[in-house]
Amino acid sequence: MGFPHSHDLEVGTILSRHFGDPKARELETWLGYGGYEGLKQAIGMEPGEITTVVKDSGLRGRGGAGFPTGLKWTFMPQEKKGPHFLCCNADESEPGAFKDREILRWVPHLLIEGCLIAARAIRAEHVYIYVRGEYFPFTSILNDAVVEAYEAGYIGKNILGSGWDCDLTVHIGAGAYIAGEETGLMSSLTGGRAEPKIKPPFPAQSGVFGMPTTVNNVETLAAVPMIVVNGSDWYRQWGTEKSPGTKLWCCSGHLVRPGNYELELGVPLKDVIYEVCGGVPDGKKVKAVIPGGSSTAMLTADELDVPSTYEGLQEAGSSLGTASPIVLNEDTNIVSAMRRIADFYAHESCGQCVQCREGTSWVAQILKRIEAGDGRLSDLDTLYDLCEQLTGRTICVLADSVVFPLRSSLDKFRNEYEALIGGRA
Amino acid sequence: MKKVHPAVVGAQPFQVADLRPVDRLFADAEGRDRLEKALSRYPEKKGALLPMLAYAQERNGWVSPEAMEEIAGALELTPAYVRSVATFYTMYAKRPVGRYWIQVCTCISCHVNRGEEVFEKFLEQTGTRAGEVSEDGRYTVIEAECLGACGFATVVQVNDRYFENVTPESVPEVLAQLEQSDSEE
Repeated sequence: MGFPHSHDLEVGTILSRHFGDPKARELETWLGYGGYEGLKQAIGMEPGEITTVVKDSGLRGRGGAGFPTGLKWTFMPQEKKGPHFLCCNADESEPGAFKDREILRWVPHLLIEGCLIAARAIRAEHVYIYVRGEYFPFTSILNDAVVEAYEAGYIGKNILGSGWDCDLTVHIGAGAYIAGEETGLMSSLTGGRAEPKIKPPFPAQSGVFGMPTTVNNVETLAAVPMIVVNGSDWYRQWGTEKSPGTKLWCCSGHLVRPGNYELELGVPLKDVIYEVCGGVPDGKKVKAVIPGGSSTAMLTADELDVPSTYEGLQEAGSSLGTASPIVLNEDTNIVSAMRRIADFYAHESCGQCVQCREGTSWVAQILKRIEAGDGRLSDLDTLYDLCEQLTGRTICVLADSVVFPLRSSLDKFRNEYEALIGGRA
Repeated sequence: MKKVHPAVVGAQPFQVADLRPVDRLFADAEGRDRLEKALSRYPEKKGALLPMLAYAQERNGWVSPEAMEEIAGALELTPAYVRSVATFYTMYAKRPVGRYWIQVCTCISCHVNRGEEVFEKFLEQTGTRAGEVSEDGRYTVIEAECLGACGFATVVQVNDRYFENVTPESVPEVLAQLEQSDSEE
């Protein structure tokens, strides 16, 4: 089920080359495919050298924010005063995103190798892979690979006879979107409610168990081994100056061929939707696209001719996010779709900040009222006001996340709201 | 006793149909083994809290107040703190659920692919209202937030299994598959 469609990329692929090949999950086969070569090279390198290669490659965090990975690693203390930790964020739960699960599912050893190389770069002795609780079938695959790697000496004491020790533990959540936020993840990992914390202190100063910690996304870490093996220039042959490399896309909604595709960054968004995914079924037209997962601003059908890079989508007033376009066809009720998105954020608010706890629920309730035909024109002003109240005033960006799709839907599809309201003041 | 490597002790499926209920979690060899292994993976005892809540559910099908107290004792936490954590997460069942816990995603990508209709169909077919246990104890149906399989909407999770591309029409088929796996056991 859910087998990913093959990618259309003519150049070599990095992450998805072995998707669909169950043999790739086994260590022996994986070694035959060149697995753990990056780790072997990294063991011969100084932590600073590994970080430099990744920094030069321009790899950016694939969890949505797009922060440069190598730069993040440099924030870790150069002199150790206690243990360092690496957390791999596999709490994939942004509506629209389903890429990390494919990495766990098909190439678990690639992720393990990426984790170990990153751990060496930041001088961590323990890696935690935090997987969302719902991903049982994929976690089980990862678990088997971890045990196999432990038994073969790729994880644990004296890795590959090098004298270097690094442990790895798989930890699962239990259904909380906010555990995907890095400080929320750390709260959850240490046995707490997944409540985000104010920064500073940043994780690199005080993270899990109060120790320096780096949190990286699954897809980010999975890209690391081949960068180490092939070098930063090799990785830069794909993508743009500011957004190098390839990206795993998650395409959903009204599409002929939804699914995962690994594509070079910079491919026009319209090509992803119309060429790669075959456009909208039944000859229907696109009404709107939410390009980077549900927390990004909606684009109309006329706004899709943008390069799919971090900077390109930002210029278009939206965000690449996790590269998870949700396509809505011409028959979609935008108010109803927006209400469903707001329901999600209202449900997943951790409740620490009043603006978010109350505001996301108000947004959902007002949208429900408009959807039911009981709205008033003044509700639209209230929604705009809430957009202001929910932006930049909370510990984390969950509240901001509902504003991006909400404001864009109000700006671009006001006629649909007004049609449901029918002129009531 | 299920043999579990310490590295993955906190990552075992905990929504399972084949329960092995116990009165006290850490009274038998398996319980003590899980606790010890989990404790060995975190610098603080509190780190083992989520793994142990998950283990309680793996054994008993839900996380009872008694289990929370026992976990609190083992990890040197207060029962109130343990409860505050357990209630934060939706996947820990705070009361008994059906043998098959059916979670239907109705989030945005499933919403535009008839997710709500699939949810209604499951309620109708199992004769339950959202969240309640069916009379025969077999089913609990709830609406879930994004299950992370948006390209294959509508997505339904039953215990530790994923069913993808579910339509209202294919709901009876999903239930039949559950019946079948039941009779095979």
